[in-house]
Amino acid sequence: MDPSRKRKVRFVVALSVAVLLAGALVYTSFSASSEARTPSQLMTSSEKGKVYKLTGKVEPGYTRKGTTTYFRVRDRAGKGSVPVSYDGTLPDPFREGREVIVSVRRQGEGFVGEKGSLITKCPSKFTAEQNKT
Amino acid sequence: MLIAGKACLILVLATSLYGIAASLYGARTGRREWVASGRRAVYAVAATTALAFVILEAAFLRSDFGFTLVTTHSSTTTPAFYRATAVWSSQEGSLLLWLLLLSLWSSLILFLTRRRLREIAPYATAVLLGFAVFFAAVLVFLETPFQQASPAPAEGMGLNPLLRHPSMMIHPPMLYSGYTLFAVPFAFAVGALITRRLNADWIRGTRPFTLAAWFFLGVGIVLGARWSYSELGWGGYWAWDPVENASLMPWLTGTAFLHSVMIQERRGMLKIWNVSLVLATGVLAILGTFLVRSGILDSIHAFGASTLGVPFLALIVTMIVGSIVLVASRASDLRSDHKLDSLLSRESVFLLNNLVLVAMCFVIFWGTFFPLISEAITGEEASVGPPWFDQYTVPLALMLVLLSGIGPVIAWRRATASNLRRNLLKPALAGLVVLAVLAALGAASEPAALLMFGLGAFVLAAVSQELWRGVRARRAMSGDAAPRALVQLVRRNRRRYGGYLVHAGVSVLFIGIAASSSFQDEKEVLLKPGQTATVGAYEVTYVKPTADLKAAPNGRLEKIDFGARLRVTRDGEKVADMTTVKSYFPSLAPFLGPISRFFEGEATSEVGLQAGWRRDIWTAIAPDIGSLRPRIEEGDKVFSGANLSPEQRDAFLGQALTGLTRSYANDPPPATFRLIVSPMVTWIWIGALIAFLGGLIALWPPPRGARSRVTAGYAAKVGREVRIPA
Amino acid sequence: MDLLLVLVVVALIALLVSAPLRRRGALEEEESAERAELEAARDAKYREIRDAELDHRTGKLSDADWRAQDRALRAEAVDILRRLDELGPGED
Repeated sequence: MDPSRKRKVRFVVALSVAVLLAGALVYTSFSASSEARTPSQLMTSSEKGKVYKLTGKVEPGYTRKGTTTYFRVRDRAGKGSVPVSYDGTLPDPFREGREVIVSVRRQGEGFVGEKGSLITKCPSKFTAEQNKT
Repeated sequence: MLIAGKACLILVLATSLYGIAASLYGARTGRREWVASGRRAVYAVAATTALAFVILEAAFLRSDFGFTLVTTHSSTTTPAFYRATAVWSSQEGSLLLWLLLLSLWSSLILFLTRRRLREIAPYATAVLLGFAVFFAAVLVFLETPFQQASPAPAEGMGLNPLLRHPSMMIHPPMLYSGYTLFAVPFAFAVGALITRRLNADWIRGTRPFTLAAWFFLGVGIVLGARWSYSELGWGGYWAWDPVENASLMPWLTGTAFLHSVMIQERRGMLKIWNVSLVLATGVLAILGTFLVRSGILDSIHAFGASTLGVPFLALIVTMIVGSIVLVASRASDLRSDHKLDSLLSRESVFLLNNLVLVAMCFVIFWGTFFPLISEAITGEEASVGPPWFDQYTVPLALMLVLLSGIGPVIAWRRATASNLRRNLLKPALAGLVVLAVLAALGAASEPAALLMFGLGAFVLAAVSQELWRGVRARRAMSGDAAPRALVQLVRRNRRRYGGYLVHAGVSVLFIGIAASSSFQDEKEVLLKPGQTATVGAYEVTYVKPTADLKAAPNGRLEKIDFGARLRVTRDGEKVADMTTVKSYFPSLAPFLGPISRFFEGEATSEVGLQAGWRRDIWTAIAPDIGSLRPRIEEGDKVFSGANLSPEQRDAFLGQALTGLTRSYANDPPPATFRLIVSPMVTWIWIGALIAFLGGLIALWPPPRGARSRVTAGYAAKVGREVRIPA
Repeated sequence: MDLLLVLVVVALIALLVSAPLRRRGALEEEESAERAELEAARDAKYREIRDAELDHRTGKLSDADWRAQDRALRAEAVDILRRLDELGPGED
């Protein structure tokens, strides 16, 4: 095979590999992702066993029993709220009224948070880092 | 001084616009005095921005609460060091710092190349000033640091306690230095494309800045990881968080660029790759700057939350479109001088390196922006977590380490079998031996980590072999003893051996990452004083609680610490005594009671860290202050009811808080502990240090060798070739 | 006070930026610019020659390739030196 043909072949092979990898990437990202939901959206419809990324504000009055915290997450601007139980240490900025992001799974009437997935947003507008456990 | 500050920024904007006009006019008409004027405009911008910055710094240092920014980000109880650095904890101050650094580096490069790259420099000046115009306009019209607070309050809100750490204060200037330094090769690449001067001159002229950018951005990233690990309460160093990813992406393409240009310089190949990589790095640097402060990914659906979203997006789109148009229209000038001769060659390895780094960047990009992508495609916003990122970045990282071992030792153009044997055999054997030994010791349970250990050993062996061979070559040429030969070798070939050192450091870093993530033991447990928990091979005992009031330098109460003393033992032998606390900072919110305000403000963890060569023991505590709540509420009521003078108030407040802390210490409720034993974390930081040392060596200007006045005439007369200073 | 400072800054900027426009003597600038460019090219060429030799000694460049490269690079270096000579004696 003359060099220029060899190069064309190489290029086609490389391009195909890249396309295949990109395809795998795209496919797995859609299947491995968890949808973002607000509390109202979760209240309306939620599949059992599916993991959702819940965002909202922490309602006043949360309790701790042992290492588990029981709190409610409310819509940012709205009335809907859902109960969440989360096992593990809370991030430092965790407070009533703060915005949180937590991956949850439905269990009965409430939701169970995945360990290590709770992120509390720092209150100042410009922050260098989010906080998570 | 507010007016002076605002005026400075307006002057910066005006001068930048003038500079662009002067540079372009001078370039088009060939009138060099206008080009010089445009260059001086950059110096003027740097000086004026510095003045504005000094005005702002002074306001922070003297706690001038007439400046809104000082009120919202500092306080009289903030120590001086943090008052100085609080400037860039704010959106506006950080943008000003960005502009300052950009103008300083721009001034430096234009001064250093004032007699060179004469066709390209005016366009590069225009591009750099273009960035200045953007940031100055944002500072003048959208986010001014010189906002007046009237009436000026007596006390500021204080610096976010989470930022009260030296790392966190050096981290932004390091990152911004990295981003703004990358603007320099970006600007010169644009200039080179516009003027069609696409040989390696623009690359050579800007190389120190590219290297420095790589260095500072890398330091910034590692500092961020270190801060996350030792200061935050979760015990990890990397979370694939959008903010982290934003800084990593330009670093990856910048690394690819630094390597790929070697091929252009040696063999005139990969020209399109090089301009594309540096243009992409510039775009990603701006994207990174934008991502951190825009809120489009941290908060969902908050595209309009920050006023900066639209302008930054416009800038990024302009940069992308402009880059594509430039490269496409200059494609004929970017043709390679040579073609790839063989897949087994240095050129090929470097090309593969480009592909791996770009692939890694693409994976991270896709994962970071997936919430926006999925919303655009499916209407549902979804996100991917660390496991998805790891799935792709781990194999790519393994390939990267492998390439970093092969690259330096493989031959140019065509590596024959005997060549490969000579250069790769011993390092490959070293890698395999390490692999086998560790597998026998039980590391085979984590194949990816095991492979990384083997590859790391391979790279370290390859680097050692290179050093050995270089010393041997040097001795053959100069007859020096080995130590002196080594020093001279590195001194005279800083880029090469600095680079090899970087590879060694990066391998050590990856070994540390592999070990600490794959063989980690972690536990979260509720403990009462006296109780013990087992983590990995260690027993951790909660010895006794601690509770202290901490005062600021000016005497006011800074924070309350609740924590624990822990004892760590292994097989009955004491390993360490550790302390970990949670600090509670008071809030200034007016609706809070005088006692409870101390428990409703920010809280930070003081992690207990026992670092070691073989493993780190990491502990954090979440004390249960719920049991104190009844007393806190009672205290609030008592205080609001009583009629006290300010001194009496302070005195009784002190007493009440002391009482609270004592009661916690005497009868502590069970506290939640997070305990982690991570092997070889220290090697991550050591690897990074080695890599940055290598970067410094590569950056250092070469020694000015003996300026032998050899002229071409002499050489021709003698009839032999020029004698090169060795 | 603020106004005074601002006026001083404006004056300084104007002076700095207009200086090249008021000056003569562009010709020497041209010469020194060309010299700087050639000197940089020469240093870079020396470095390339050294790099190639080190690559050869450490087994990354075959004998044939090295001889060819070395010859070409040295010819380019001689060319740069000749152009530097043509510029005339420079300040050192």
